[in-house]
Amino acid sequence: MIRNSLPVSNCQTNIQKKKLTMTRADTAFAVVTIFWGFIGVVCPILTGLFMRKSPNRGIVQIMFVMTAVCCYLFWLCAFLFQINPLVGPQLESNLIRTMQYEWYGINPQHTPEHPEA
Amino acid sequence: MGSLFRSEEMTLCQLFLQSDAAYACVSELGEMGLVQFKDLNPDVNAFQRKFVNEIMRCEEMERKLRYIEKELKKDKLKIPDSDSNPKAPAPKEMIDLEATFEKIESELREVNTNAEALKRNYLELTELKEVLTKTQTFFREYGVGEQGHGHHNVVEDAQHALVPEERVGSVQLGFIAGVIPREKVPAFERMLWFACRGNVFLRQDEIMQALEDPHSGDAIHKSVFIVFFQGEQLKARVRKICEGFRATLYPCPETAQERMDMLRGVTTRLEDLEIVLKQTKDHRYRVLLNAQKEIHNWIIKVKKIKAIYHTLNMCSFEHSRNNLIAECWAPAKVLEEVQAALRHGQEMSGSSVPNILHKMSTKDIPPTYFMTNRFTKVFQSIVHAYGVAGYREVNPALYTIISFPFLFAVMFGDTGHGFIMFLFGLWMVVSEKKLDQKKNDNEIFKMMFGGRYIILLMGLFSLYTGLIYNDIFSKSLNLFGSSWKFNYTQETLDGSFSLQMKPEDIFDDATTGAYPLGLDPVWQASINKITFTNSFKMKLSVIMGVLQMASGVLLSVFNHLHFKHYSFVLVQFVPEILFLLCIFGYLLALIFFKWLTINAHCASCAPSLLIHFINMFLYKYEEPANINGTVPAFHCDNMGPFGNYSQFEMKCTGQTVFYPHQKEIQTALLLVAVLCIPILLLVKPFLLRAQHNAKMQRKAGLGARSHEHLVSSEVLPGQEPGPAESQKTGIELSGLSASEVDISTSVSINGGRGDAVMTMEEEEEGDAEAEFDTGEVFVGQAIHTIEYCLGCVSHTASYLRLWALSLAHAQLSEVLWNMLFRMGLKMDLPYVGSILVFACFGAFAVLTIAVLLVMEGLSAFLHALRLHWVEFQSKFYHGDGYLFDPFNFKEQMDPTLDDQ
Repeated sequence: MIRNSLPVSNCQTNIQKKKLTMTRADTAFAVVTIFWGFIGVVCPILTGLFMRKSPNRGIVQIMFVMTAVCCYLFWLCAFLFQINPLVGPQLESNLIRTMQYEWYGINPQHTPEHPEA
Repeated sequence: MGSLFRSEEMTLCQLFLQSDAAYACVSELGEMGLVQFKDLNPDVNAFQRKFVNEIMRCEEMERKLRYIEKELKKDKLKIPDSDSNPKAPAPKEMIDLEATFEKIESELREVNTNAEALKRNYLELTELKEVLTKTQTFFREYGVGEQGHGHHNVVEDAQHALVPEERVGSVQLGFIAGVIPREKVPAFERMLWFACRGNVFLRQDEIMQALEDPHSGDAIHKSVFIVFFQGEQLKARVRKICEGFRATLYPCPETAQERMDMLRGVTTRLEDLEIVLKQTKDHRYRVLLNAQKEIHNWIIKVKKIKAIYHTLNMCSFEHSRNNLIAECWAPAKVLEEVQAALRHGQEMSGSSVPNILHKMSTKDIPPTYFMTNRFTKVFQSIVHAYGVAGYREVNPALYTIISFPFLFAVMFGDTGHGFIMFLFGLWMVVSEKKLDQKKNDNEIFKMMFGGRYIILLMGLFSLYTGLIYNDIFSKSLNLFGSSWKFNYTQETLDGSFSLQMKPEDIFDDATTGAYPLGLDPVWQASINKITFTNSFKMKLSVIMGVLQMASGVLLSVFNHLHFKHYSFVLVQFVPEILFLLCIFGYLLALIFFKWLTINAHCASCAPSLLIHFINMFLYKYEEPANINGTVPAFHCDNMGPFGNYSQFEMKCTGQTVFYPHQKEIQTALLLVAVLCIPILLLVKPFLLRAQHNAKMQRKAGLGARSHEHLVSSEVLPGQEPGPAESQKTGIELSGLSASEVDISTSVSINGGRGDAVMTMEEEEEGDAEAEFDTGEVFVGQAIHTIEYCLGCVSHTASYLRLWALSLAHAQLSEVLWNMLFRMGLKMDLPYVGSILVFACFGAFAVLTIAVLLVMEGLSAFLHALRLHWVEFQSKFYHGDGYLFDPFNFKEQMDPTLDDQ
């Protein structure tokens, strides 16, 4: 994420053109943060208004806050861990062939001696 | 805050009850179930208490009820479950109850005795009838001596056997007939043969129908026998043998005519007896039916009466004003209701003098009471399992409601299994009422039913963590499309068996970035998956651990503030949190920093956090290389394709300093942390001592006072010297009762309150002379410091079990899929394959539930529990209270008298 927000220098002799658009990851970050923020901040406030007389009001509020904090933290750790990966996956070649075909629609060009796995 | 944050405020009340109203008042209080009575006569023998007679009467009534219950069980009449809750009857009604029980019991006993006698008679008559019928057969065959009809072979055999040929016809044979149990027949026969030297003749025949033993009701099989002999001696001998074998002998007339008459008479008598027996049975049944309707209520009533008298025994009796004095703990909130109950009791007993409730202030430690509903009850109970919360200290159960299922889910982490667990919990919660009433005796099911809300939450959170771990029955979901976009040529793929992808080439940073929900699905089938997830899960565990421990230390602030130890916040909390954050909080910061700034372009220069952490303590720093006179800043982009230097030029390794001023910052943090240790160790004991000395000086200045007490444990308001803060902060009077006895409290290791060991002698006047044992206080604080500091390190490592268990679970799940279910799916057999797949799935399902759900579930439950009990609660929780045990009739509702 930090790399994406760096200003692009004047010399564009780059191998990959970096766009300053929102990546899918940025969108995901915003959406998830807003979602858990709603649960963790707005919901307790609403509970405070609607459950004013109930003795369990405090319990419900704490439950909302803690759920939001725990779940958001968990997602955040998984997210941040993957934004700058240092190693990549090591896959079997046949599996790569299948994945390329299924996920990316790359039709392998076959010679008759090499049948598709 | 919710009512679960601290335990309820309790007051010690004194009740002055009029003697006539006392019973009714205690009954009302028992119905309410919110006061705990103190035993005011602890040293009085059980037999010397005031109401011992009434209790003995209750015991007698219970005995009678037990007898009635037994009789009901004999006739297989069930005690019906009813929801009625009858109130305890007044003492006058008790006499009526006693009379009723007496009547029923005596009636039952009478009926039983009569029935037994009748049955015995019946048995005898039946046996006689059998004897008569069977001997008819014998004699017909034998052809009785005087009639001489003996043409049958049997007769000839008999005569030949018994009598030499020439004397036939002139011999008179006697006989004895009777009935003997079937098992004894062979022995009987042998005995007769031996004893009479073969001169007797035995015929026996089995009775077809089983006869009922009158006493025990068992079925016995008997045989009819008839013994022929000659002479008086043999007769006597045979008779003796019969007696020995406990055979019943019956007089059998010789002539057939007499036998027929007797048979007829016996048959008539048998029929009459049957009618009488039936009527007796019906009568007994009717009595039992009447009892069955009421017995449930009776049992409850008797139990309540007994409980009330036990409670009344705990009160002290004051003769002068003819009233009973009771002391009880009650939550401050319900005092109104207690008053109402007392008034109600007074009305019911018709007494005119009102009962008084008097609030007392005391130095006793009140019991801990939490008002829980059925959802919070189970979380409170798992906290209490380790230690009951001290009075008014912060209750971890409030946070455990969410943190416990969450930590479980981190270790369980599979959406598929989590979903099954969630469904199980949901079923139990939805059919709560039905399952509750069924009264299942299975202990294991009862335990699981008690934890239905925990199971529900655990399943729900496991669903979520499974989504993030991207693990559903060991398979991954590809909901958004992987971020690793590869396009290899066939030549590359043909060239090697597996390919290692480089993140700088394959990882799509520009358009997708990281996978939006959890781990990328490409990892699920990769060969180096475990290395990848290990790194993630270990760091996750440390993050969770440090945050939970920090929150635990933060909670101790609330305790300090509540008990008005304001100085402790500065002296104990601040060093503790600084120590934790400077070392482990810094580690957390390093983790996040590395995640955010280091990417694949400087992969060979990526700092190894573990090495850096160790070097921080060893004070070892490796500076980056000096290039052309300047030391370039360690910035990952400097080394990338857009950067100025290559990694090789930078000459960096995993140990190189990777942000500017790292050395200074780390040294500062280390210094702060190390300084916290002596502060934590030394300042607090000195502070306590200074406060104690100040208090002593103040007390000396007050002078002597004369005090009067109504009751010894009361503290008069005018007695509290000085501001409340020093009264309580200086010396914590934990576990001290204001009597003349020396009490020394043991050191509580989880400091946080000013625990001090002291011996305190309090005289009647109330002048407290406290001896402040400096040595003990210092040792206590030293133990606390060592435990805290070492605990920080070891507990942080202990949180790695979150990683270990989730790894084990994922691997087990993968093994079950690959080695079991996939075998069935890979088979290439037509028709037969379908059956085999079905069998494979069966095995897969059974093992999933048994191993992964039950075993792993229990294991993760246990470890999550341990993490809460030890790592989280040791930061702030004392757990040295005792539970509020109210006098409540609800326990008496179980209508069995088995357990006393």
